[in-house]
Amino acid sequence: MKQPEVWNGARGRGIFKVKSLLKFITCGSVDDGKSTLIGHMLYDAKLIFADQKRALELDSKLGSNEGEIDYSLLLDGLMAEREQGITIDVAYRYFTTSERSFIVADCPGHEQYTRNMAVGASFADVAVILVDASAGIVKQTKRHARICALMGIKHIVLAVNKMDLIDYDRYIFDEIADEFKALCAQLEVTSVQIIPVSATVGDNVTKKSAQTQWYTGLPLLGYLENIEVGTQSINSGFIMPVQRVCRPNPQFRGFQGEVQAGTVAVGDTVKALPSNEEAVITKILVTDKECKCAVQGQPVTICTDKEIDISRGSVLVKDFQLIINNLISAKILWMDNHKLVMGRNYFLKCGTRILPATVIKIKHREDINTGKHINAEVIHKNEIAEVDISVSEKLIFDSFKHNHFMGSFILIDRVSNMTSACGIIEHDIRRGNNIIWHETAVTREFRANQKAQKPLTIWFTGLSGSGKSTIANALELRLTAMHKHTMLLDGDNVRHGLNNNLGFTEKDRVENIRRVAEVARLMNDAGLITITAFISPYSEDRESARKIIGSDNFVEIYIATPLEECEKRDIKGLYKKARNNEIPNFTGISSPYEQPVNPDLSIDTTKLNIEEAVDMIIDYLNFSRN
Amino acid sequence: MTQLSYLEQLEAEAIYIIREVAAECENPVMLYSIGKDSSVMLHLALKAFYPEKPPFPFMHIDTTWKFKEMITFRDSIAERYGLDLIVYTNEQGVKDNINPFDHGSAYTDIMKTQALKDSLNKYGFDAAFGGARRDEEKSRAKERVFSFRNSEHAWDPKNQRPELWKLYNTRINKGESIRVFPLSNWTEKDIWNYIKQEDIPIVPLYFAKERSFIERDGNIILIDDERMRLKAGEEIKQASIRFRTLGCYPLTGGCYSTATTLEKIITETLGAVSSERITRVIDNEAAGSMERRKREGYF
Repeated sequence: MKQPEVWNGARGRGIFKVKSLLKFITCGSVDDGKSTLIGHMLYDAKLIFADQKRALELDSKLGSNEGEIDYSLLLDGLMAEREQGITIDVAYRYFTTSERSFIVADCPGHEQYTRNMAVGASFADVAVILVDASAGIVKQTKRHARICALMGIKHIVLAVNKMDLIDYDRYIFDEIADEFKALCAQLEVTSVQIIPVSATVGDNVTKKSAQTQWYTGLPLLGYLENIEVGTQSINSGFIMPVQRVCRPNPQFRGFQGEVQAGTVAVGDTVKALPSNEEAVITKILVTDKECKCAVQGQPVTICTDKEIDISRGSVLVKDFQLIINNLISAKILWMDNHKLVMGRNYFLKCGTRILPATVIKIKHREDINTGKHINAEVIHKNEIAEVDISVSEKLIFDSFKHNHFMGSFILIDRVSNMTSACGIIEHDIRRGNNIIWHETAVTREFRANQKAQKPLTIWFTGLSGSGKSTIANALELRLTAMHKHTMLLDGDNVRHGLNNNLGFTEKDRVENIRRVAEVARLMNDAGLITITAFISPYSEDRESARKIIGSDNFVEIYIATPLEECEKRDIKGLYKKARNNEIPNFTGISSPYEQPVNPDLSIDTTKLNIEEAVDMIIDYLNFSRN
Repeated sequence: MTQLSYLEQLEAEAIYIIREVAAECENPVMLYSIGKDSSVMLHLALKAFYPEKPPFPFMHIDTTWKFKEMITFRDSIAERYGLDLIVYTNEQGVKDNINPFDHGSAYTDIMKTQALKDSLNKYGFDAAFGGARRDEEKSRAKERVFSFRNSEHAWDPKNQRPELWKLYNTRINKGESIRVFPLSNWTEKDIWNYIKQEDIPIVPLYFAKERSFIERDGNIILIDDERMRLKAGEEIKQASIRFRTLGCYPLTGGCYSTATTLEKIITETLGAVSSERITRVIDNEAAGSMERRKREGYF
């Protein structure tokens, strides 16, 4: 690769002056005209290509808008969106004016796509929220303002749209403005601009409108061109979360990542977290160029004077206080169709580190429209909640307020791998003076959630040699492969230990089954799927086992292999001995077997092989087969 | 406080993404289509891992109908940087003589989409980098940087994984994969400015030169080899033309131009009245055709 000798040598050779970049989103209620507004802005600023313009004019003629140009068609890119006339997902557009470069994310307004709005908001410096002047501030306006504030947006523009429909009435505008300012104060957003516009007609979009002489501010585009956002830059100290270790040969070991705060120079002493080892920087590469120093935002490779314990997920710091703890208090936005349940295990990704984590407490849900706190046991899609999270190892982080990069995280579902939630860290929880463990007794449900399964007892019954143990074993293997947590109880591990004082008389058989049922229930309490394989010949005992375990969690499977077949197989030679009167009380020969009248499943092993039998059980249990 | 320029910010973002994939995915591959975007992506990969070589292979899906100059360029680049380059062709398609003249959109499906899916399955790649940009086309404008694909390589645009801040979720189950687009936020102008700033080598077809071509349905089609079929009444013309995008030569339209240097190309791009995709014959078939192809596994 060609290597310019001096860093910055290439800068300024470009044809354009270096322009600043502004990332903003547009959001607001359905039909408030977000897409139309951006479309109009691009069209007016002559920022669309001729072929796109031609296609737009053609598409508009086909539309319901009586041939008037429908600017929203420029943005709603998905077929479903065009068919339904709504925005489902964020659309990114890029444009450059004489003043600035822009990336705009057009966000969906429907409540069901709130998570997609959060996606847009997480990347933006400024939010433009639209409101229909004839409808005023509505639920969605408040929700969107709340999400923007949650995701860390500091500058909000309220575009009061459709001013043409209210005859540019200043009084109505002022009323909306006052209400919105009060909302922003509550959300601690201090930079607020309120602009009267008409996206269809074009008032105050790129040019000042003659219809609103009373409005003294800039039109929307002008405002966006001039706003100073000053990204969350931190001059003092230095943080670099390590993405990977670069080892092309035994002589070179460099730590690669992006500087997330501050500056660093060759000769600086840095500390590696969490090991706390210190070393002096001997070399800095900014991309592929050797430099004396590096600043926030640059991709770097850093070499140190001695071998210290650093791997992906470590953080290099200098004069910067990060928190290291495994208990955090956070605000999350739930984004998964599957609800959040306490105790369930997720992966938490913060910075460049992924660790198993559990939501140990839902403190409350926050009404997304009013901000009110509501008690909640579960959290559903598009809901905001305050939670406590326990991470499996010490997490290195900061509060989101202080540092967006080190203070934000996502939760990933361990089975579906869906990004289930995004969150911002408010603070850590010091174990010494917190009471969460006392409040939250670990319940049966908590343990089950942690294993992401419903505890069950799968109770096999049938004659000796019918195939109970064989199928039970195969079933357990299959369930384990499906990441289920199981325990198999059969004669071998129960009769030789727990029940070694019991024989085969009717009384002992009853006690044997009672103990097995009690153990199965305890294992269910522990969150396990228990499989039992005992002859369990008496209906009454099986019924009492069902009562102990609870009929909701009890699945009775009758292995209905006929006696003749069992006797023919006689794998252990027991039937032969029983026929010779060498074994007393042998079920089926000298002791009764009471067939289940109404088992959940009945399996005849002369008709099904082992795998087919297991398939049948898995289907019955309604676990998806892999 | 030094403020990074727009291009430096885009470069940093792409490098961050490329490193995340290398660190988290088991078996990534970088798709290399030889075009300008691929050239930029390759350049970013070289910078991201320097002084190490990119820790993943590169793959070119060769339809056998690429411009000759592209293939020459590809091989010289692979040699120059010592890349681990896989060239994959749908051999069955070649045997069946699938070609852009007789088979229309079926050609793209068999020689590109199907070949891509087959190659990803064959090598078991769990993540594939692509050089697509959001400013290219409307459905791309909606796609995530990390675009999740099911075991059929299909994209579900109505149910994309949320993507927040820089916290990319690379976790997948067996058989699923991710397409990763580090250049998502770059525009055509950014690409050209970066090529100029970094002095990145590109295929000479991007520069204007006297070339032999025909005009077909309003497109300028280069006569790249003897397989080109002329229709009755078509005459071979000679003029200074260049290409804004590169693909299969019978399906790629050029434009009249005298831009022989990067400066001139940038000036021309700035004043362009048409988007670059207009030079792709297949993209103009029907509204939503790109989204449909992407759902079926196209990049």
